[in-house]
Amino acid sequence: MVTENFLNLPQTTTAEAAVEPARDATPESVIDVRELQAYYGENRALKDISLSLYSRRVSAIIGPSGCGKSTLVRCLNRMHEMSSGGHVKGEVLYQGENIYGAGVDPVELRSRIGMVFQKPNPFPKSIFENVAFGLKVNGISGNTSERVERSLRRAALWDEVKDRLKQSALQLSGGQQQRLCIARALAVEPEVILMDEPCSALDPMATLAVEELIRELSQEVTIIIVTHNMQQAARVSHHTAFLMMDQDKAGYLVEYGPTSEVFTNPKSEHTEAYITGRFS
Amino acid sequence: MANLIAEYSRNRRLRQRMREAPILAFLFMCALASIGTTVGIVIVLLEGALQFFREVPVFEFLTGTEWTPLFSNKQFGVLPLLSATVVISFAALAIAVPVGLLTAVYLSEYAPEGVRSIVKPVLEVLAGIPTVVLGYFAISFINPTIIKPLFSTETPFTALGAAMAMGVMLIPMVASLSEDAMRAVPASLREGAYAVGSDRFQVSVKVVVPAALSGIVAAALLALARAVGETMIVTIAAGSIANFSANPLEPMQTMTAYIAQVVFGDTERGGVEYQSVFAVGLLLFIFTLSINMLAQAVLARFREIYD
Ligand SMILES: Nc1ncnc2c1ncn2[C@@H]1O[C@H](COP(=O)(O)OP(=O)(O)OP(=O)(O)O)[C@@H](O)[C@H]1O
Ligand SMILES: [Mg+2]
Repeated sequence: MVTENFLNLPQTTTAEAAVEPARDATPESVIDVRELQAYYGENRALKDISLSLYSRRVSAIIGPSGCGKSTLVRCLNRMHEMSSGGHVKGEVLYQGENIYGAGVDPVELRSRIGMVFQKPNPFPKSIFENVAFGLKVNGISGNTSERVERSLRRAALWDEVKDRLKQSALQLSGGQQQRLCIARALAVEPEVILMDEPCSALDPMATLAVEELIRELSQEVTIIIVTHNMQQAARVSHHTAFLMMDQDKAGYLVEYGPTSEVFTNPKSEHTEAYITGRFS
Repeated sequence: MANLIAEYSRNRRLRQRMREAPILAFLFMCALASIGTTVGIVIVLLEGALQFFREVPVFEFLTGTEWTPLFSNKQFGVLPLLSATVVISFAALAIAVPVGLLTAVYLSEYAPEGVRSIVKPVLEVLAGIPTVVLGYFAISFINPTIIKPLFSTETPFTALGAAMAMGVMLIPMVASLSEDAMRAVPASLREGAYAVGSDRFQVSVKVVVPAALSGIVAAALLALARAVGETMIVTIAAGSIANFSANPLEPMQTMTAYIAQVVFGDTERGGVEYQSVFAVGLLLFIFTLSINMLAQAVLARFREIYD
């Protein structure tokens, strides 16, 4: 039983339609995940994940709590190994190169694949210093204040903070803090930005602002976003991956494809059950 | 019906308050006891000091550079004792703060869980070394084997030797308190820094230490307060010569060491040199009180910036 439009959304709100109808039909992949297994010590949290994430597109990762969505995105910038006992098997190719290969420096990698977290986590420093932080640690010289301004503009925060760049970032509202964290990630000009439930701590208005921003940014950067919110996945993403847990509690990929297809014509009954809210 | 419920809950509240009353009274007495003790100490100090200042003018006491109460020509200028306390305490801090802070950074940011679970208890044991042992360590090891060959000093007692032993005493305290402050820094801040391409050292130095700064400053000030009040090490290892000098290679006598010397010595009670103990004690009290107030002020300022 597959209906045309589960969520009753106007079709134009999916990103593919809203952003740019005339985009090239076959996008090139930037990240290829190949038979990835992720572990916490002995426990396997991800099992045999293979998928390609496309350049300058928004890919959403959805699935029930605990199925390994955060683990998956943290494998993409080697943040997973910072957790105790965190290790992986399999490959993640970034622009064709295995990021788990010998000789790859995870610190350098993370400056090219940025990350935004569930809870806004600005440093207890000034707004300016927050954005400039990545420039400093990466030894990027040149006109810092220009780059800070550009990043804040790209994060749609400039007008709200331009008169108080020296104030503590902690004085901003939650939504502003999250956009500041996006600006902080943007400042080092990553090619990919991973977002792990970036709106879950925000109110609806702030959420809309961030979603708008994501759509805007996807013209230039690749965005991979974990979300619990089906509507959000439908609104912002071009592609959607649905993960689930199997009997031994390891997450596996159930379905991956263009968002419009996954939402209106899912191949798997599990996907259908999940996105219509009939998930047990 | 509503009345019954209201009455019931009123009775309940009354019963609760009755049960709480003796507990409240007991807690109040406890609080009162510690306040009372403090007030008592201040009164005793003030009383003794007032008698002393009848013999020796306050101005002379505070500005004199000679302290010779046991000579026939008695001089009561406290500056030699004060300077000794300052020199030894700050030299001890100059050792304990950097070493303690680096230890804390290592333990909190670098050490694997296995190493941490060994080093942390060892630090705690180190914190429990009796100060008399550290004092003895200073005259039997630090002075003859480190300071003497290095600076070719003559005397077996030096302020530096005492300060180094005191530094050893303070390292565990600074390390442990700073480490607590650093581990309290939320993991999300570290992750935020890693996510823009910071390495471990940058995360430690640019994010963790600044975020834990109020705790670290508090640790240093607490260490300072302990150094100023420390008696045994300086009594044993710094020499008992009141010496107005900033050279840590010379023997010195701190305020605490002087008090110990007089109290344990055979000075007769009621004499002016006995009363001088109260004046020095009062000064010491004011000194530590100011350090504590400074600590509070510093903490309040950082709190303003950071939240
Ligand atoms: N630091 C950790 N140590 C051990 N196990 C972990 C750790 N983090 C996550 N796990 C386990 O790995 C599995 C996947 O967790 P993950 O956080 O990736 O799920 P998620 O899909 O992001 O869930 P949510 O939607 O609740 O955020 C879970 O079973 C979880 O218990
Ligand atoms: Mg998660």
